[in-house]
Amino acid sequence: MNEQDDRDLREFLKRGLTPMEAEPRRDLWPQVLERMDERAARVPWLDWALLGTLALWLLLNPRAIPMLLYHL
Amino acid sequence: MRVEERFAQGDLGAFEELFRAYQRDVYRWVARIVRDHGIAEDLTVEAFLRMYRAHARFDPNRNFGAWARRIATNLALDHLRKIRREALLTIDPEDLRAAAQTGGDAAERREIRDAVARAMSELPPKLRVVAMLALVEDVPYREIGEALGISEGAARVRGFRAGRLLREKLKTWGAAL
Repeated sequence: MNEQDDRDLREFLKRGLTPMEAEPRRDLWPQVLERMDERAARVPWLDWALLGTLALWLLLNPRAIPMLLYHL
Repeated sequence: MRVEERFAQGDLGAFEELFRAYQRDVYRWVARIVRDHGIAEDLTVEAFLRMYRAHARFDPNRNFGAWARRIATNLALDHLRKIRREALLTIDPEDLRAAAQTGGDAAERREIRDAVARAMSELPPKLRVVAMLALVEDVPYREIGEALGISEGAARVRGFRAGRLLREKLKTWGAAL
């Protein structure tokens, strides 16, 4: 592809897609803060998995509950 | 202490200062790649969140703007990979307005627009990013290389490959190139 081909291609592409003159339509800072809060409040899946395993174990071994409470 | 240094230590106020200084640049950069205002907003927010999470890894002696662009470009690339084959390139309303103002036959304009959008959509994402930035937006290859973490020469090669693929596709569909 020579320089002329390159120019022709660029011209053709711009007939279909005009260069974007985009500006943010609003201040995005509040959204950043909102997502930060959302993620901070979210409990990681691993924590849920550990909690579930513990609950199941206690259900199967109810005698372990006093021992667990003692160690807590 | 410089704002970049405070940011690297996790200072939220410094992060806000940097956000205000660079949000426009990051948004414009992403919008040029994805060509959709809503997605560009979403990716800009996500990019800044990633920057904040990575504050400890940021070297305050580096250029924050270049670092921000790099993170945003990676996110935009991930987005293109995700949407690939799901949908054709979205036509921005600006493109429709501009096409209407340039004169000529409406059906022909629509045909060109659809062909270009389709050809772009069929490019591998890493070539599409370069094609969009270099061939449509006239961004210098040096800047594209920096944002992609590759050399200017490598960006130029990608631009060349993208151009060749686009020409082949467009010619197959009968475009007068």
